[in-house]
Amino acid sequence: MKHSEYPRLILLMLPVAIVFLAFFLLPMARLILIGGSGENGFSEYLSIFHTPRHFESLVSTVLLSAAVTIAAVIISAVTGVFLERNRFPGREVLISMLTFPLAFPGVVIGFLVIMLAGRQGLANEISQALTGSRLVFAYSMAGLFTGYLYFSIPRVILTIMAAAEKLDPALEEAARSLGASRWQVIRDVILPALKPALIASGAIAFATAMGAFGTAFTLATNIDVLPMTIYTEFTLNANFATAAALSIVLGTITWLALYISRSIAGSTVAAAA
Amino acid sequence: MTSDQEVSTSIRLEACAKTFDDGTRALEPIDLEIAGGETVVLLGPSGCGKTTTLRIIAGLEAPDPGGRVLFGSDDVTPLPIESRNVGMVFQSYALFPNMTVRENVAYGLMVRNVPKPERAVRVGEMLAMMHIEELADRRIDQLSGGQRQRVALARAIAVRPRVLLLDEPLTALDASLRERLRIEINDLLRSLGITAVYVTHDQGEAMAIGDRIVVMRKGVVAQIGSPKDIYYRPANAFVADFIGTSNRLTGHLSNGALSFQGGSIPWQRSEAAELTVMFRPQDAEIVAPTEAQIAGRIANVYFLGDRTKIILEAIGQGPIVVETTAQADFVIGSNVGLKINPDRIFEIDGET
Ligand SMILES: Nc1ncnc2c1ncn2[C@@H]1O[C@H](COP(=O)(O)OP(=O)(O)OP(=O)(O)O)[C@@H](O)[C@H]1O
Ligand SMILES: [Mg+2]
Repeated sequence: MKHSEYPRLILLMLPVAIVFLAFFLLPMARLILIGGSGENGFSEYLSIFHTPRHFESLVSTVLLSAAVTIAAVIISAVTGVFLERNRFPGREVLISMLTFPLAFPGVVIGFLVIMLAGRQGLANEISQALTGSRLVFAYSMAGLFTGYLYFSIPRVILTIMAAAEKLDPALEEAARSLGASRWQVIRDVILPALKPALIASGAIAFATAMGAFGTAFTLATNIDVLPMTIYTEFTLNANFATAAALSIVLGTITWLALYISRSIAGSTVAAAA
Repeated sequence: MTSDQEVSTSIRLEACAKTFDDGTRALEPIDLEIAGGETVVLLGPSGCGKTTTLRIIAGLEAPDPGGRVLFGSDDVTPLPIESRNVGMVFQSYALFPNMTVRENVAYGLMVRNVPKPERAVRVGEMLAMMHIEELADRRIDQLSGGQRQRVALARAIAVRPRVLLLDEPLTALDASLRERLRIEINDLLRSLGITAVYVTHDQGEAMAIGDRIVVMRKGVVAQIGSPKDIYYRPANAFVADFIGTSNRLTGHLSNGALSFQGGSIPWQRSEAAELTVMFRPQDAEIVAPTEAQIAGRIANVYFLGDRTKIILEAIGQGPIVVETTAQADFVIGSNVGLKINPDRIFEIDGET
């Protein structure tokens, strides 16, 4: 690059730089500072790990998000590859139905879970009719899991279908000609080829689950996910420093997860190229 | 290769037709017998059913009901590809991108649970045979096209398949590399003594590699024969045109001579009133008009270095192509005589 091009380049970068500064860096810096402005100072960040309520909230959010991510990736991988491989009447309708929840806000998804697994829900009615026992899980971890899974699947499945479309059928045929069973073909050919898509879409699903609020809010469960805890600290307790510190921790963990998965996916993409 | 390998497997196709789900009739019922150790080339224009035939042999496609595929005396028709013990080489190489060269070559042995020490020995042998030892730990994306095809070959033969099936293995390579690998593959097939089916649409490749060539057209076998047979005794005009350049003369037979525009040739070999004969460009020569029974006019001359290609007009129905190594000056527009080697003129079915 010629030296004379630098001023022009800087000029072109200016709008992005301003937006980045104004809407990202400055609020972030402010948030970090607020997190340290409480009576505990910057040890507020550490207190999250000492306050049982906060720490439990953090752990359960991470576990829930991880479980939802794994389940969503497995379900979407099987379904996505199947949908990509098979042509049947109603396929298009099924795909658009699977991706439907993309447009729903969390509140609607929480509402759907209540209709499914609430006291007057479908699951309960069926269970009462069949076995006579009550089945209500909308307000438990299972309800949260169901709701989160519901909005995670569409995000994952579209990415996986796009990757499955690019699978080279000759690779599978080559493996089979060498004597590989169906399971060995999946293990040695299909999964390695889908790996970057699985990791990338899994990372998105994880980040979305970590930050999800509406669903948890609507279900008003007794499990506090981190966004709910932040909301409580902020609006009810007016505890700005704690809310800010929790936000930063939430953001950092999610960012770390994305970063790690990106570097894993990046190295496998290079290996697969 | 080793003593535990059975005598080369013969292949037999019986009435194998193929109609795809969408109704495409890719293959009319075809019967084909391939002897053990023989290399048979399937040759034909795009879409004639070469790949489909190969995939039926491989077990990747099932023939329409009634068709049978036999390896030796085993009826393998109901067996899927993973149970047929075939080696396959694809035009796109189809190497596993997530594995090294060594892991690719070892893959078939690994899924067959060959013990590790034996696996390593066999893989070493294969790498040495294909001259790719120094590439063993490379990733696939670090190989050239020719190297990839060598790895693909090594991977296919490492499992000691009963038959080797190759679908246009050289098409993706450049001309000089194609030539070199063609020779290598030829040597390899001879030294392994393995039964091989080789698909190509390149007639030069077919001639060089095939013990026999199956010329196909629109899902039908047009001719089966040795390369020489196919070249000099094409069964019909389609084969004649597909294999190299051919000249055709259609005319009336009377008094022991076949006459057409521009002259006649003596012809005692058949009774028909109207017939078509063919000859190859190198089996005729340009002479002075007085020295030949056929007269024409030079329409075009192409100097090809070692040869000269001359297009003649005013003979028969179409242009006549003659190739000569003579160094004479051929002048466009001049009237010349055409002399055809009588031993190299053949009657063919004129329908295309
Ligand atoms: N899966 C399929 N479904 C429908 N039609 C098919 C399918 N595979 C091949 N065909 C059709 O069958 C015919 C023969 O195809 P095939 O692939 O055997 O040709 P080919 O001789 O190998 O041609 P090429 O030289 O282009 O590879 C073609 O008309 C092709 O369009
Ligand atoms: Mg083909």
